[in-house]
Amino acid sequence: MTNASSSDAMVRADNVHKSFGSLEVLKGVDLVVRPGEVCCVLGPSGSGKSTFLRCINHLEKVNAGRIFVDGDLMGYRERGGKLHELGEKDVAKQRREIGMVFQRFNLFPHMTVLQNVMEAPCRVKRESKAEVRDRAAGLLERVGLGAKMDNYPGQLSGGQQQRVAIARALAMRPKLMLFDEPTSALDPELVGEVLDVMKGLASDGMTMIVVTHEIGFAREVGDNLIFMDGGVVVEQGPPRDVIGNPQHERTRAFLSKVL
Amino acid sequence: MSDESTSVRARPEAIKAVPVRHPARWVGLGVIAILVAMFVHLLVTNDRFRWSFIFLEYQDGKRGVMFTEPVLEGLRGTILLTISSMAIGILLGIVIAIMRLSENKILSSVAFVYTWFFRAVPRLVLAVLFGNLNILWERIGFGLPFGTQIGQLFGLDNFDGQFYSIKASDLLAGFVAGMLALGLSEAAYMAEIVRAGIQSIDEGQSEAAVALGMSRGQVLRRVVLPQAMRVIVPPTGNEIIAMVKDTSLVAFVPVTFELWFQLQQVSARTFVVLPVIVAALIWYLILCTVLMVAQFFVERHFSKGYGAAAKAKQRLRDIQVEQGGRITGEAP
Ligand SMILES: Nc1ncnc2c1ncn2[C@@H]1O[C@H](COP(=O)(O)OP(=O)(O)OP(=O)(O)O)[C@@H](O)[C@H]1O
Ligand SMILES: [Mg+2]
Repeated sequence: MTNASSSDAMVRADNVHKSFGSLEVLKGVDLVVRPGEVCCVLGPSGSGKSTFLRCINHLEKVNAGRIFVDGDLMGYRERGGKLHELGEKDVAKQRREIGMVFQRFNLFPHMTVLQNVMEAPCRVKRESKAEVRDRAAGLLERVGLGAKMDNYPGQLSGGQQQRVAIARALAMRPKLMLFDEPTSALDPELVGEVLDVMKGLASDGMTMIVVTHEIGFAREVGDNLIFMDGGVVVEQGPPRDVIGNPQHERTRAFLSKVL
Repeated sequence: MSDESTSVRARPEAIKAVPVRHPARWVGLGVIAILVAMFVHLLVTNDRFRWSFIFLEYQDGKRGVMFTEPVLEGLRGTILLTISSMAIGILLGIVIAIMRLSENKILSSVAFVYTWFFRAVPRLVLAVLFGNLNILWERIGFGLPFGTQIGQLFGLDNFDGQFYSIKASDLLAGFVAGMLALGLSEAAYMAEIVRAGIQSIDEGQSEAAVALGMSRGQVLRRVVLPQAMRVIVPPTGNEIIAMVKDTSLVAFVPVTFELWFQLQQVSARTFVVLPVIVAALIWYLILCTVLMVAQFFVERHFSKGYGAAAKAKQRLRDIQVEQGGRITGEAP
């Protein structure tokens, strides 16, 4: 099963290595995520979770290994056994298909909520404004912010901002959504509203990779859970098994701290 | 029980305390008032200011010195020179700032050397230098680089590879030389201002934009620069105001088409010194006041989404929504 060919996996990472200078952060990460699957990533701080996520949409260049998204090699073109770097335009085209949600929201503060959501479809995909507007309004309605369309991000709570960020990513109709600790910058009482939106997305069949410390969310929504430490995947499997019955010492130690 | 007791509890009487006295402030105020009175007295009673010379009539049948034709012409020159050299400065400054921040080492060092050179050389020296640059070339134009040398290589004596050229002394005399001297120097300062502005924006912003598939140009134009403007505009206002005053340096190019030079001419003709200086001062005050008002509005435009005013407005709107309608003015 894990040997699913790259064509029927939404994400496939093969032996991914990444260093910053002399610091090797990813030391051979393998991962397969099938369409419609929710993959949760767990691990201590500094284990390379964010770096791995950023490699998937080529915000970071991998030093060795391959990452395929929906069968496309990210960042390169393989021709005659040789890798050619993709130009800026082609990389951008690949990134359009992948939505990303950041820990610190990163909404554009000089644009209203509606403009934030409309910006990329209008400018990048050059879709018609009226159509995008309807879609954006629908998405904002869906994340429960229909009434806040004309506000600026600075006027919203953290939870509301993160929901706008999710709507902004969805407006590009991505095949894959990446979440990098979407709730860790939020006050505890705001975490739920963001997780609810993500649960809704998962049940609609969106393929998602979620870096999170929310064990409850991972257990309830995740189809697969991977535990990373020191730049490698230490353990993976169905969330119930990994959380309930961890095989590895390091997993056990980590879980005993967060549970 | 406890709820009831708190709601029943009487509100304490409002505080009526004797405010702290500030005797030093009153003394200071008194001193300032006396100084202002002395200054106004000086302006009104000392007839060597010759207000009528400035405002009404500086020679028989002529308008006041502020409003004579050559001086107005000079004023137009000063404004035109400010606008054109600031336009060069801002556009080139943005380009240089972007080069400076580029990952390409060659581009960033070129930008560094540019800012180093033009910030090191005094504007006055630069103005004189540009006024004399036409000594270097007879003609200036567009064409093949090293055109003459290429021509010689192929044995063509009169080939110079120029498509279009004009006499250097026409191009680099006066106004254009002054404009280039001021504009190129300004670009170095603007580049530093723009760079600071761009660097003040959180990296998460361009990251989020790139993750949405935006190109580098779009990220800069749509996300980074509009936010950086909040940091860029105030020092740019400073630069423009400084430029209004620095235009007087081009008198050394020499450019005659300029406010200060024209007023000096009047002074030389009429042997009147102080009132002419006061006239210049008044014009510069007027120009800078207009610019400061303009700056206020530009700053307000680029602070969309920030600041207390926007938040206060929103709070009001939220209250209205909560109360299910418009606030009509009366207390609830
Ligand atoms: N741009 C960078 N340059 C140099 N080192 C980096 C860079 N980005 C990350 N690192 C290093 O890589 C390591 C892994 O970082 P990463 O952000 O992927 O960890 P993480 O698992 O997401 O941790 P956290 O839970 O704290 O977010 C860290 O030691 C970090 O210092
Ligand atoms: Mg991280």
